[in-house]
Amino acid sequence: MAIQQLSVFVENTPGSLAEITEVLAGENIDIRALSIADTSDFGILRLIVDRPEEARDALKGRGFTVSINDVIGIGVDDRPGGLSKALRLLGESGLVVEYLYAYVSRVDGLAYGILRMDDNAAAEKLLAENGFRELKN
Amino acid sequence: MSKPYLSPMEAAPLHEIRALQSYRLSRTVRRVYENVPFYRKKFDELGIKPDDIKSVDDLPKLPFTYKQDLRDNYPYGLFAAPMDEVVRIHASSGTTGKQTVVGYTQNDLDMWAECAGRALTAAGGDSSDFVHVSYGYGLFTGGLGLHDGAGRIGASVIPASTGNTRRQLQIFKDFHSTILCCTPSYALFLGEARRDAGIPLSEISLKAGVFGAEPWTDEMRRKIEELLGIRAYDIYGLSEITGPGVAYECSEQTGMHINEDFFIAEIIDPETGEVLPEGEKGELVFTTITKEALPLIRYRTRDITMLTREPCSCGRSFVKMKKVMGRSDDMLIIRGINVFPSQVEAVLLELGMQPHYMLVVDRVNNLDTLEIQVEMDEGMQIDAVRMIEQKENQIAKAVESTLNITAKIRLVSPKTIERSEGKAKRVIDKRSL
Repeated sequence: MAIQQLSVFVENTPGSLAEITEVLAGENIDIRALSIADTSDFGILRLIVDRPEEARDALKGRGFTVSINDVIGIGVDDRPGGLSKALRLLGESGLVVEYLYAYVSRVDGLAYGILRMDDNAAAEKLLAENGFRELKN
Repeated sequence: MSKPYLSPMEAAPLHEIRALQSYRLSRTVRRVYENVPFYRKKFDELGIKPDDIKSVDDLPKLPFTYKQDLRDNYPYGLFAAPMDEVVRIHASSGTTGKQTVVGYTQNDLDMWAECAGRALTAAGGDSSDFVHVSYGYGLFTGGLGLHDGAGRIGASVIPASTGNTRRQLQIFKDFHSTILCCTPSYALFLGEARRDAGIPLSEISLKAGVFGAEPWTDEMRRKIEELLGIRAYDIYGLSEITGPGVAYECSEQTGMHINEDFFIAEIIDPETGEVLPEGEKGELVFTTITKEALPLIRYRTRDITMLTREPCSCGRSFVKMKKVMGRSDDMLIIRGINVFPSQVEAVLLELGMQPHYMLVVDRVNNLDTLEIQVEMDEGMQIDAVRMIEQKENQIAKAVESTLNITAKIRLVSPKTIERSEGKAKRVIDKRSL
């Protein structure tokens, strides 16, 4: 089961991240997790939020380039070795991680990994078969 | 002691120059009317017969020729000589789709060599010199133009061409190069490389340089002169008219003498086409008056400058043009290559992108750099860095294959490039020229 992720194109100028988070705050949208991929010229801000489509529309309305795409959110035990089990499983099946970031949930005590794989569908199937818990928006 | 001039024509009295120009102009007008359908049609439309053009005073009656006319008649449509008399073909650097092709008969090549030879003579060159040509050799007119000019004055030509800086420095030392010919930015680059390599000026024999094909400043001139221990002279030319040597600087270094026995220069108002009086700034227009393969009537160079007939301390009577101050179109010269913003636009449209872009030109370590900022499409998938980099690479490749120039592409957010009503601002030129 995929989870929807927002990707926002961010130019390397002061205040652009502040503006994005302010727009989301103004719409009362909750950010669950985020990460930034950075290059020398630009960054990509990736966000897991509670209402992705509303967040996208609000950001687009302010001139940001935003796309929504599916990623995989898996819950792992928040203790040493929790994540490595999942990654070993994926790696042994020949699946490649394009990017990965994580957060720890206050609610259920699990750590969540947000993954984009070269083959999301195959990865999801494999993770579900092996009893990993999936995250939804 | 080197000769002051290559030809006595260079110091001829004005009335003699004008008489020669009038005679040669009337012959040229007849030649194009009889041999080039494009000109015959234009003249007929305007009701002009070759007999109507008797002197230089009749020049304003004649129609202009534009770069587009050369493109429309690509490749050989404007040639006025049979192809078996054409002995050389050159082409101008990057233009939209088609290059501008030019041709030369043997007489044309001799005239061109004379022009470039005069430029080398004005820079103090003679048969005792070693002329080191670091312009590119090929379709570009720089290399072969100065090469033949050096041959005209009987100098020893070193056809080094461009690139391989270490080897260039080695040749300076070992071959005793005395006159360097290249673009001013490459001269500066070589000068700095000489300094950085720790080669003392006493180990090289350079005394002068003849630099052109791109705009440069007096500040750059001083730097080059200091770094290479030479006097640096400007040379002007364009392939349509003949190549480098249309005009050249003398010892006074206050402008370039135009070879008036081969070309008639006018300054016009680029908007109205009216001829402007001496000393006024406007667009430079050339009429070739001896060329056989590709004679051009009132060719619009798009270069903005002014002409002066104030007496020159060098003794030459040829009119002088000041350094080119700008362009009446939006053409940029980047690393010696002609770039029109409209070419970038065409590339973007071909790739299915919006034509919102900005060219940022700069000079880093004395070499021109080009960055093209392009607005990404709003619907573009952007969750991975590689998606953006792939798009940038795709654009960079298309730009390189169309414009012949490497550019750094930078995707920016939609609607961030300034929109303007009327003429869009497409260029930020940070080079201090």
